[in-house]
Amino acid sequence: MSVKIEDLLKNRPVFINVGVRAFGDSLREAGHEVVQLDWSPPAGGDTRLAALLDDLL
Amino acid sequence: MSLKERINAANEEAFRRIVAADPVLVDVAPASEVIPGLRDRMILHSGPPVTWERMCGAQKGAAIGMCLFEGWAEDAAAAERMLGAGEIALEPNHHHATVGPMAGTITRNMWVWVVENRAFGNRAFCRQVESFQQFGDHSRDALAGLEKWRDVWAPALGAAVRKMGGVPLKSLVARALLMGDELHNRVVASSSLFANAVAPILVDCGLPREQVVATLYYAGNHPFLFLGLSMAAAKASMDPARGVEASTVVTAMARNGTEFGIQVSGLEGEWFTAPSPRVHGLLLPGWKEEDAGLDMGDSAITETVGWGGAAIGGAPGILNFTGGTAEQALAFSRDMRTISVGTSPDYLLPALDFAGTAVGLDIRKVVHANLVPVIDTAIAHREPGHGIIGGGIVRPPMECFTKALARFSEKYNG
Repeated sequence: MSVKIEDLLKNRPVFINVGVRAFGDSLREAGHEVVQLDWSPPAGGDTRLAALLDDLL
Repeated sequence: MSLKERINAANEEAFRRIVAADPVLVDVAPASEVIPGLRDRMILHSGPPVTWERMCGAQKGAAIGMCLFEGWAEDAAAAERMLGAGEIALEPNHHHATVGPMAGTITRNMWVWVVENRAFGNRAFCRQVESFQQFGDHSRDALAGLEKWRDVWAPALGAAVRKMGGVPLKSLVARALLMGDELHNRVVASSSLFANAVAPILVDCGLPREQVVATLYYAGNHPFLFLGLSMAAAKASMDPARGVEASTVVTAMARNGTEFGIQVSGLEGEWFTAPSPRVHGLLLPGWKEEDAGLDMGDSAITETVGWGGAAIGGAPGILNFTGGTAEQALAFSRDMRTISVGTSPDYLLPALDFAGTAVGLDIRKVVHANLVPVIDTAIAHREPGHGIIGGGIVRPPMECFTKALARFSEKYNG
């Protein structure tokens, strides 16, 4: 087993929470370190607008 | 070149024109002498086009006030009849290189700030900012304020500005941002800087002493004096960015109290509208939520150029007018960067480590991030006949941006 994987198993994990903040909050309340990454689906999840944006952005 | 590359190049050009703008106050003059296409028996108003029937209460009240101010009608009932009969033409300020606060009403004898963009040679105009007639109050007292502006203050300020050879506004605005203004509803520093700059010249213009004293008092004590100037400066700065083929940059956001409308550089001449939203904020004592009208005014031209909500993080003093917290204000200004082409090299915010204000709202980024701009604004009554009733924060309807994006796609990708 590589040293890096051993470190991962021995140490406490740091979580990256993508999107909905509440999921990260419950991990934080359980004592874990959480890094929040704000993300939401393009155009708020509207597939018609997202398709338009594919050609423009 | 792919469409995406064309859009990016077009937006860079629109951005270049906006940041290159050099607004200079060159005059204060009667609207009839300077605003192109302003005819007799015509009222210019804020926002996208609107008919008398669909006009909101506050804007109707302001239009009645202008009929009385011009002497077209003897009383409010007669004015209402004339407006209802279509005897008075109604056109948006934005169709005349002009902007107006709240109801935004301008007629031939209303004096206006004249701002020239010396980088491009275009001019833009804005009327006096006050707390009564522009909110729909058409009482004798409200009209007396317009008459003093026409007869005393505006002619004196015009004389001083002409004697000065113009007042450069770019450096003044940059200094005011460092002093806690955001150039929309917080213009305390800019108003003082302007009054200080004009005062020594004003006393040397050969005007009657009473007029000079009255004008110095007006300029030195009006907390919203500079809003008319920042609006005209913003309009003069934005207009050269109109009509850049394939640009998705927003060139105007304006509201008439019935509809919110935006215009887009690559879709010149078109409006994209949705119902005006409700403003969330603080009401003056005695007023209730149900008294409030919907969002109104051309003053969101300040947000369009990168002031107002884009700069509110550096202006915590405004929060006693709009509500909210300093942390929220900082987040608003950061959000505006997410949906803009770039940041200003000249207009800097100390509270954000001297980052430039966001410039060039991009309809693609707004829709992609599902995030609309932030606007701070005043609140008018929903019925005619009242002055200001409050202030707050408002967000444009996303529908304006999605309609614009669909039309853009149809025009350029269809």
